[in-house]
This record gives sequence, C-alpha cells and structure tokens, in this order.
Amino acid sequence: MTDLSVSVSTATGPVPQAPLPEAAPKVTARGLNFYYGEHHALKNINLTLGTNRVTAFIGPSGCGKSTLLRIFNRMYDLYPGQRATGQLLLDQTNVLDSKLDLNLLRARVGMVFQKPTPFPMTIYENIAFGIRLYEKISKSEMDGRVEKALRGGALWNEVKDKLNASGLSLSGGQQQRLCIARTVAVRPEVILFDEPCSALDPISTAKIEELIQELAEDYTIAIVTHNMQQAARVSDKTAFMYLGELIEFDDTNKIFTSPSDRRTQDYITGRFG
Amino acid sequence: MASEHTAKAFDSDLQELTRLVAEMGGLAERMITESVDALVRRDVALGKRVVASDVEIDRLQHLIEERAVLTIARRQPMAIDLREIVGAMRVATDLERIGDLAKNMGKRVAALENDFQPLKLMRGLEHMTDLVQTQVKSVLDAYAAHDLPAAMAVWKGDEEVDAICTSLFRELLTYMMEDPRNISFCIHLMFCAKNIERIGDHATNIAETVFYMIEGQQMLDKRPKGDMTTFATTVPNS
Repeated sequence: MTDLSVSVSTATGPVPQAPLPEAAPKVTARGLNFYYGEHHALKNINLTLGTNRVTAFIGPSGCGKSTLLRIFNRMYDLYPGQRATGQLLLDQTNVLDSKLDLNLLRARVGMVFQKPTPFPMTIYENIAFGIRLYEKISKSEMDGRVEKALRGGALWNEVKDKLNASGLSLSGGQQQRLCIARTVAVRPEVILFDEPCSALDPISTAKIEELIQELAEDYTIAIVTHNMQQAARVSDKTAFMYLGELIEFDDTNKIFTSPSDRRTQDYITGRFG
Repeated sequence: MASEHTAKAFDSDLQELTRLVAEMGGLAERMITESVDALVRRDVALGKRVVASDVEIDRLQHLIEERAVLTIARRQPMAIDLREIVGAMRVATDLERIGDLAKNMGKRVAALENDFQPLKLMRGLEHMTDLVQTQVKSVLDAYAAHDLPAAMAVWKGDEEVDAICTSLFRELLTYMMEDPRNISFCIHLMFCAKNIERIGDHATNIAETVFYMIEGQQMLDKRPKGDMTTFATTVPNS
C-alpha cells in the first residue's frame, strides 16, 4: 500500500530559482531613517545597490521610494526641516557627512526626473553646461564629449543636424533622453531615475527602457516607477516599500513570480487597499 | 485564493477560467467512467458517445487557452495570478489528453467481438479505473481548493496504479499464451489498461501544476515509479 501520509517537505524539493550573483556594493544603506520635520518618512532602511545593477523601487504613493532616491544624492538638502539619520555609503564615502561637497556628490550620483527638464538653451549647450561646471576642456574636446553623451542618451542620430536648436523644441521623449544624456555627460557612477517614463508615450518609454539597460553596463542604476511591468522588464533587483519601510528586497525575477511577503504579493497583483 | 483585486473584472476573469477548468474536469471524469463501463458491458453505443464527447473537451481546451491569453494581454498578471493562469492552461492540456485516452478506449469497444471475457481481468481493469478515477477527482478538487497536501497525496498515490497495471499485464500475457484466439482481445485490453495508467500519470502532472501554482517553484523530486510493464514477462521476477 502506498504511504499517503507523506509530508510535503519531504515528498517534494522545490527547484530553487538560480539567484543573481552578488555584485560589488556601490551604495549601501544601514539603519537609514528620514524625517520631514516631525514626520518619520523612512524607517530603518537596510539595502545595497550592486555595481552595474539596475535596482527598481516600487510601492504605493507615499511609501517613501522617491524620498529614498532623494537621499542618495542629498537632494533633500535643498529643503529646510528635512533630515536623515543612520548610514549611507557610496563606495567608502559617507553620503550623510555634513562636510561633503554636494556638487561633487551630485556629479557622482546623477538624477533624471519624472518630467523632462531641459534648460532653455540649445541642445549642445544643454550637455556642455554640466560638463563646464566640473571641467575645463577645449572646444574640440567638448564637441567630442557632447556627441558621446548624446550617443549615450540614444539621441545623437535624431539631433546631430540641429545641435543649435533649442532643447525645448524636442518631443517629450527626446527631451527626456536629452536629460539622460546631460546626466551621463558628467560621467557619474550612479544614475537615479524618478519615474522617468510616466509622462511619455509607449514608444518613447520603450526607448528609455532599452537605454536604461544599456546604461547599466557602465553605471549603477536606481529607478523609481509606478509601472510594475516596467520594473519587471528593466531591473535586476526590486525593492518593495510600504509606509516608509522596506518590505521585501530580492531578485526581480523572484519578486514578480513568487514574492515572499504577502504585502508584496497583494501590491504587485493589484489587490492593495 | 487571495483577497479581491482592485479591478473587480480581473477577479471574474480568473473565476471564469477556474470554472471552465472545473467543467472540463467534470467532462473528463465522465468520459473515463463511461469508456470503461462501455468496455465492461460491451456497450458499443456508449463507446461511441464517449468518442463524440471528445469534441466538447477539445472545445473547452481551446476556450481556456483563448481566455488565458486574453487575460494575460489585458491584465499583465503577476506572481500568484500569473501562476494561476499558466496553471489553468497546463491543467487543460492534461485534461485534453485524458479525454483522448478515454476516447481511444471508447473506440476499442467495437473491436471486442470475442465472447471471451475473463471476469477477473475485467474486475482488475475496473479496480484500476476506480483508483485512477479517485486520483483524477482528488487532484481536481485539490486544484480548485488550492490544497497542496491533497495534491501531494495524489502525486504519491500513483505508484499503486502502476503496480496494478503491471500485474494486469502479466495476466494478459498468460491468457494469450493459453489460446491464440484470445490475443486480439487481450491486446485491446492491454492498450486500455495502459491508457488508464497514463490517465493516472496526467493526474500526477496536475498535482505538480498545483504545487507550482501554490509554491511558485517547480517540483524537483522524481516520482516513485511502480509501472514495470516495460519489463513484464509471464513469470514474475524472471
């Protein structure tokens, strides 16, 4: 007679999904907290962005994902009453150090925003402007850097004949790629994307997504997105945040096929709230 | 099943899929019962009805696939929802194969003209069918209820079916050696026994799908195999 009283754990061994190999840490948060005045917006965040990895941050509005991104390059310093405690390392640099040169930090950690924000100047100057802030280089060298940045932003072929046209004359998707090119131009190590495609049409979105994956060969990337399919498509790692806490942080393949936490599952399957 | 989706229509899409699989499962169970009844009672008309039912089970499979693909396109399901939909498609494929195997038995009824009908053999076949029928029913219940332990019991239980099949084969071989006139009948019966055994295999496939749906991982362990018909001879252990 066959033994039917078998326990599930011995009858079956789940096939483990091959986990992503560990990447060298680029940004490390340990016990990170953040306050908007009295409001405790981020609670004890511990996570590591791996070098040349794309890490996506998902979660409902107000969960703190954009706040976390804004700590990575100290954007919050622009506003009074906002403070961070705990530890945040970029390689060995303490990002929260009050004596840190913020211009230098922001050159190392670039950011691309939800709405394209080209400067009201020519396409060429949009790129050259940032480079001049950090470096003194000759005109011919600058031409080379601008072309390289525009190629890096997958925009070169579309604008090479009108570099003197205004950046504002471009379409929304092109403007966003111009902003990415501008960020890439100063040779950062980390690029932060805060909902970079939410104002774009599907074709422009696809171009940006492809670009993000190309950029990951040279940069460490963090992206905040409300579009879960986008997170699933472009990222290697995904962090799910809720009410200021990091609920689950794992390989993207794992998060979107079989997440460990019930709240993650409810959120990504559209069962929240 | 987890709590409701914000988009209620998504819930009804998933419920409809589950309902279609249940309907298909019910039909498959009926086809198994009727095909073996037709064999035992030599009821050619019933055999033909089983053959005709196969059209309906194929139609349901196409419908499930169509709905599943449409739901994926429309809702971009994730995690448990995605596994639920993939699971429905996989179960439908197994049920369609079960339907084919029952249909094949239905066809063979007309070929059993011989009067020769050893009662013991028929009892063996019926007993095996009962077991497999229970397996199919239990695994479909486990699928509907997301009951992992029940599915695993089915997965383990297939060994007994295999053992009966092997002994039936040995018996059939002896009848064929006794009298060459029995050969045609015994060959048909042998195919039927093998069909039932394979229906049991599909039940274990469904159990594996239930495991995947609930755990989010494929099963690793090899199932215990009791089917030795590949090595069956007239003399046991020879």
